[in-house]
Amino acid sequence: MNEALFLVALITAIVMVVGALVIALLISPSTTNSQKGEPYECGIPTRGNSWLPFKVGYYLFAILFLMFDVEAVFLFPWAVALEAVGVQGLVTVIIFIFILGLGLAYAWKKGALEWK
Amino acid sequence: MFDFSVVTTWIDELLRVTLGLNNFWTLFIEFILIGVVLLAVYAIIALILIYVERKICAFFQCRIGPNRVGKWGLIQPIADMIKILLKEIITLKNNDKFLFYLAPFFVIVGSILTFAALPFGLGLHAVDFNVGIVYILAVSSLGIIGILLAGWSSNNKYTLIGAMRSGSQLVSYELSAALSLMTIVVMAGSMQISTIVEEQSDMWFIFKGNIPAIVAFVIYMIAGHAETNRGPFDLPEAESELTAGYHTEYSGISFGLFYVAEYLNLFITSAIAATVFLGGWMPLHIPGLDGFNAVMDYIPSVIWFFGKAAFCVFLQMWVRWTFPRLRIDQLLKFEWKILMPIALVNLLVMAVCVVVF
Repeated sequence: MNEALFLVALITAIVMVVGALVIALLISPSTTNSQKGEPYECGIPTRGNSWLPFKVGYYLFAILFLMFDVEAVFLFPWAVALEAVGVQGLVTVIIFIFILGLGLAYAWKKGALEWK
Repeated sequence: MFDFSVVTTWIDELLRVTLGLNNFWTLFIEFILIGVVLLAVYAIIALILIYVERKICAFFQCRIGPNRVGKWGLIQPIADMIKILLKEIITLKNNDKFLFYLAPFFVIVGSILTFAALPFGLGLHAVDFNVGIVYILAVSSLGIIGILLAGWSSNNKYTLIGAMRSGSQLVSYELSAALSLMTIVVMAGSMQISTIVEEQSDMWFIFKGNIPAIVAFVIYMIAGHAETNRGPFDLPEAESELTAGYHTEYSGISFGLFYVAEYLNLFITSAIAATVFLGGWMPLHIPGLDGFNAVMDYIPSVIWFFGKAAFCVFLQMWVRWTFPRLRIDQLLKFEWKILMPIALVNLLVMAVCVVVF
């Protein structure tokens, strides 16, 4: 039942976007003008292409994010089963988070968390 | 307390017994009804939030706000919606057409799928997986893909920078949001939204969990605020630097869809905070005061849910119109050096409390 409702919500969302776009296309005006298709920049003709190698200053943040997101995936089952695994599970997770914290401390010390 | 499952069971029986439909057609009509109701509530909440935001912003800035269209400007958002539908959708020359039109789908799909998982009242709960919290975190992050696609496919420098900033901000703040929700999962012992709400029947988690729960609530509100690209964290669409950020090139209704999704994400964040920390549709119950609890039970569950969500929405709007914008490095530093270590330690404190006591 939940899976079916999930599909219903998905189809609802798609119908909403398609419906809005179709209604807008039907009732909105449409004129062509060569100036209109230019990317919005500052008024003078655009120079160069925007699809170029771009210095992604947060590359290291993305890698750290991967590490911590996987950690979150590991922690969720533990969080649900905390009553069952008790003290032993708690100690294990404390050791796990301590090792993870060492990783964060290393990244911090190396300056990966600074925007350069 | 009024149970909405009475109404849904009645509709089901009406279709099955009175009209004599078979299983397939019954389910088909019910699913269409659910879809229509979801869409209607989604649109109405967006309209109300746009009006409320403009009014609250005006009061914070000592203005009157919209006041010409209808009494107190109440019809203003509807007029805006009609206007935005009538605007031309400009076709750009050098962009990636397919990805450009795919982006609004991701944004809207992400927010409606999350919206469907909210418990609006007793018996008014569409999608209720047993991994509810993980489901909410997973589908709400679909929006990031839409934003990155929008920024990349527009072939514009402003949108590219906006999308890059948005990506780094959203993935970073998702961690503390997940960790603070996990703090409550530890206490509830379940990830199912309906179980989490029922666990709060004697007391809301924010009171039951003492200090760790309050810390988690504050962290979740900050992280949720950053996830919605609003207020002091609105770097992706910082209008003084990037025009409008990732949706600069969108016009007409395709911009309107981003706009609606942004407001709905504000509501969804607040509603999740209200559900997980403030008890969802559960009335305020204080152990020992039976008379008080009985009186509180008279207030309908829908009013409790929307009241709490409105309270959280107001908190977020208050923050948005009070604080100046951060810089991108301050923003990331705040998350990685302050918010996330606190959230991790807070999670462990809560786990120790649950195991020991």
